[in-house]
Amino acid sequence: MPDAAPAAQKSERLHPLVELTLARVREFLREPEVIFWVFIFPVLLAFALGIAFRNTAPAKLRIAVEADQATGAQALTTALARSDEIDAQLLAPAEAAQALRSGKIALIVRQTARAGDAPPPAGAGPADAGPRSSTAASTAMPSVEYRYDPSRPDGHLARLVVDDALQRAYGRTDVARVRDERVTEPGARYIDYLIPGLLGLNLMGSGLWGVGFAIVTARMRKLLKRLAATPMRRSHYLLSFVLSRMLFLFLEVMLILLFARLTFGYKVHGSYALMALLLLVGALTFAGIGLLVAARPQTIEGVSGLMNLVMLPMWLLSGTFFSAARFPGFLQPFIKLLPLTALNDGLRAVMNEGATLGGVWLMLLILLSWCVVSFILALRLFRWQ
Amino acid sequence: MPTDTTPFAGQSAAAETTRAAAPHAPVAARAGVALSCTGLVKRYSDVTAVNGLDLEVYAGECFGLLGPNGAGKTTSVEIFEGLTRPDGGTVEVLGACWGAGHDRALRSRFAVQLQETKLTEKLTVAETIKLFRSFYEHGRDVDDVIRMVELEEKRDARVGKLSGGQRQRLAIACALAGDPELLFLDEPTTGLDPQARLKLWDIVEQFRAHGGTVLLTTHYMEEAARLCDRVAVMDQGRIIALGTPAELVASLGADQIVEFSFAGDVPAAALQALPGVRNVRASENSYALTVSDIGSALPALLAELQRHRAEIVTLTTHQATLEDVFVSLTGRTLRDA
Repeated sequence: MPDAAPAAQKSERLHPLVELTLARVREFLREPEVIFWVFIFPVLLAFALGIAFRNTAPAKLRIAVEADQATGAQALTTALARSDEIDAQLLAPAEAAQALRSGKIALIVRQTARAGDAPPPAGAGPADAGPRSSTAASTAMPSVEYRYDPSRPDGHLARLVVDDALQRAYGRTDVARVRDERVTEPGARYIDYLIPGLLGLNLMGSGLWGVGFAIVTARMRKLLKRLAATPMRRSHYLLSFVLSRMLFLFLEVMLILLFARLTFGYKVHGSYALMALLLLVGALTFAGIGLLVAARPQTIEGVSGLMNLVMLPMWLLSGTFFSAARFPGFLQPFIKLLPLTALNDGLRAVMNEGATLGGVWLMLLILLSWCVVSFILALRLFRWQ
Repeated sequence: MPTDTTPFAGQSAAAETTRAAAPHAPVAARAGVALSCTGLVKRYSDVTAVNGLDLEVYAGECFGLLGPNGAGKTTSVEIFEGLTRPDGGTVEVLGACWGAGHDRALRSRFAVQLQETKLTEKLTVAETIKLFRSFYEHGRDVDDVIRMVELEEKRDARVGKLSGGQRQRLAIACALAGDPELLFLDEPTTGLDPQARLKLWDIVEQFRAHGGTVLLTTHYMEEAARLCDRVAVMDQGRIIALGTPAELVASLGADQIVEFSFAGDVPAAALQALPGVRNVRASENSYALTVSDIGSALPALLAELQRHRAEIVTLTTHQATLEDVFVSLTGRTLRDA
């Protein structure tokens, strides 16, 4: 390597790889927009999602009772509102339908029996349901209809909860004694699920955009061509992107973890070394994919399209914001092989469940395969002009 | 060969003398060939950009490739630089061929300034030169290079804040950082104002004065005439004339060009017969005469125009230049070709 600079030279010459990496870092730090998207945005995202899905007592289910001329609906509403799991309101039919459509309520209760079928008198809750009420129920069985969308989780839930509350209000008695024990330990909250995924997503985004954009811009500005006319080793140029990514990786990760720790009390359960290894391999992989995506395109538009093509499936499928297990079974092998899925699953296993190398070797293998293949392809396909 | 230890910004008296004494020393006196090509061909899908080019650039000279846009200058130069692969012919640069396994060593001996390169705007002048310097095992001190191109005041300014002329000097500084034996300049002054152009010429002349070889392309005649020892006029992928600027102008066999336009009817044959007129080029209601003896040609011309009752609208005369050489060879001017 051309390290031995002649002593006659005044200023010392740094290794080209160091100079190239420095140039990358400077370019990056002098671009305020990039700083925002890479460092600030993920933190804001974590904050917003962490707040939106914070684990307080589960919110009440919002439902509506369809109003009619008789007093029955009002009484029904009152009976339902007594349950501490239900937020019931009385709405005109059109209003109620609109609210259901727009997702403001989960279910509509509509009375279908003839008017005058009064629900039990106020105060007659499940607590004092005795023989008297069961007689009342048999003499004047009210009948209602539930309107809800069973494919919405809250619709299905509302159906169960509302029905339970109504049946009890009309006198059904419990036949078994149950006791709830509630578990809300850290590690099982949504924010705990989210943070590792957010790290993975950020590595993917900054890796692809950071590498891809810079290279295509340099190609458009004929800077690649100019560099190709120097004795610079081409591998040094490509490696400088990887090295600068490593530097920023550290910052990105620290910032998100520190924020999650301070704001949500997030804790890493597993080994920091294994987490660092996963992050490192993940960053390398996405830098490699970034190089591959940027190997040919001549325009920013071209590379943007390719990036979105690469990233969109992973945004959706790789289990960043919700578990990928919800996708149909035939998709699962494909989803598991995506680099972001491997990274997210691996990080979650280590950070949340304290998995050891034995538990994440498959994810590491998937990542490394992507990494090696994309680097080799990128070097093959790369165009300097 | 430029030496490592004496940056030419040192402005030593010796250097000045060399430059003043022999700015365009006879080519034959110089030893060695820095670059040669024979039968060079480069085709793109629809055009043949370079069509059988033969060329020799001697070590230590400044060689100019002159021609309009699209003449194949840039393509030729990029083939020399090893950036483009020719479809046919051979190239030898500093005694080496491309693709023979020594490309990297070869690249460390010459440097280029490309026509369209835009350097990274976010880096400063010094950072940019340092970056380029790092690619070369041997080279010049970064601050010396900055001094050579007179960018001391802009040393820590971002590239994005530089003027066109400053950017072009920075581009040359990046080339000089590797202390090259051979410098390729592709239209180095296109788009620059006259003052910026003069500064750039100065830099090239200083590089020359220390024995560097320059191959430059241009479509500015003054540039070729001022900087180049020899000029090859290129058109449609081949060389149509080669020689020193003086030789080329002399080849017109004339030292004056008379251009005039008129209202009326004057046959070209009548002008051709006038004393001292070597050549006549006609275009719509105007003529350009190549004249060897302006003293006898001009009165005769005026008399002839009067005889045909033609009314002169404009009349100019100027010393023959390389531009006229190009026009007489191709029938087109350099700018509109």
